[in-house]
Amino acid sequence: MRRARAIAVVALLAAAPTLLAGGIAPEARRSGYAFMGPETRAMQDDDSSNPGMLFVLDGETLWTRKTGGADKACADCHGDARSSMKGVAARYPAFDKAAGRPVTLGQRINLCRGNHQQAAPLPYESRDLLALSAFVAHQSRSVAITAGDDPQLKPFVEQGRALFVQREGQLNLACTNCHDDNFDKRLAGAPITQGQPTGYPLYRLEWQTLGSLERRLRSCMTGVRAQAYDYGSPELVALELYLMSRARGLPMETPAVRP
Amino acid sequence: MARALVHIAALIATSLACCAHAEEPAPFKIAANGIAESLTGSSGDAVKGRALVLARTTTCILCHSAPLPEARFQGDLAPDLAGAGNRWTVSQLRLRLVDASRFNPETIMPSYYRTDGLVRVGRNFAGKPILSAAEIEDIVAYLATLRD
Ligand code: HEC
Ligand code: HEC
Repeated sequence: MRRARAIAVVALLAAAPTLLAGGIAPEARRSGYAFMGPETRAMQDDDSSNPGMLFVLDGETLWTRKTGGADKACADCHGDARSSMKGVAARYPAFDKAAGRPVTLGQRINLCRGNHQQAAPLPYESRDLLALSAFVAHQSRSVAITAGDDPQLKPFVEQGRALFVQREGQLNLACTNCHDDNFDKRLAGAPITQGQPTGYPLYRLEWQTLGSLERRLRSCMTGVRAQAYDYGSPELVALELYLMSRARGLPMETPAVRP
Repeated sequence: MARALVHIAALIATSLACCAHAEEPAPFKIAANGIAESLTGSSGDAVKGRALVLARTTTCILCHSAPLPEARFQGDLAPDLAGAGNRWTVSQLRLRLVDASRFNPETIMPSYYRTDGLVRVGRNFAGKPILSAAEIEDIVAYLATLRD
């Protein structure tokens, strides 16, 4: 009897992490925008004060600039981005047949550079890669996120989810501990959000520049004193994919502004 | 307003990411839901403990609030530390800091004097507990003074 009760308790404890990591119901999903003060919101809302728009404009220039051994511009293959790129970012990371795995929008841009422009890849977090990514993602502003729908992505979404609930680092915290279980609370006075990936690349006032979702994830990992995954690593791509599938239905905001 | 937010964000970044120079944990004995004996063999300094709790690098007030009027940005992920000295014995407070998961296996409170069972610890922190034995004793001494 006593033994049975002990087993029941153990079973309960073992089940707890999965219960806690149930995710956020569609109607309860809220972008980081909803957690910001009126001034930061106003900065995002007004294109003439949103610093991310400068990158979008740079991206537009790069879109039509011929480059690489093929001397082709993005526009030579894709035409007017306003129609050809609408909704694309809302589906990324997407499955790449050749690689047999998901690639991020930034990786797709570099695949196009390599395969179709015969140009060198742009480094992660370089101004040009951020500008092109922001320009392409901006064409999806207000489009609802649907990334992760492709059945071929299923194992990678699962991998991302496993990483999201994995405690890590010297502080032994998982993403889910903050962004599923404690959003709306305050970490040292600053609001914790649901960690929704709706606005990337986005302008963070703390960074004083535009940055990618991968940069954000790496700083959360560093924050819990974990060894951050490298840019472009399968783990970061899987996390990004899980975050996008977890944000399903939320509208894209690129370029967002965050504190 | 925006400036203040930048400031807070930067503080979080540095406070969470900075420095841990403590050495491998020394052995200790857990009994009756506590650690009765000081980790250093002597009692801590409550004044130093207060300063440690106030310092963001120890991470306490990222989650907790405490009766520290000079700390403008405190957390609300965890109970207010006011009155902790009434609710817990020194021995329990010591174990709570050493390994909070002994009280609640699902706790989000980090174990400050433990190096095993952790995943992907950053290169600069691997093999080191978050706090040293002396820092824990100072904080325990301070928490014991928090009586309503
Ligand atoms: C100790 C708490 C904590 C943990 C653990 C944590 N984060 Fe964060 N995260 C924050 C804070 C604080 C911010 C900045 C404010 C905000 O946007 O929530 C943030 C921001 C984010 C954002 C940006 C949201 C936006 O609106 O732009 C994403 C995405 C994110 N985190 C994902 C993750 C992932 C994935 C992990 C695990 C690898 C993780 N976080 C772990 C606290 C945490
Ligand atoms: C990441 C969040 C987090 C951090 C950082 C943290 N704690 Fe906690 N602490 C908690 C939570 C949550 C509880 C509530 C009980 C539980 O879940 O373990 C708690 C409980 C306590 C208690 C018992 C409170 C009571 O009176 O019931 C004390 C004392 C305490 N913490 C002290 C500290 C000190 C001192 C530090 C820093 C050295 C610290 N904590 C850092 C989350 C945290």
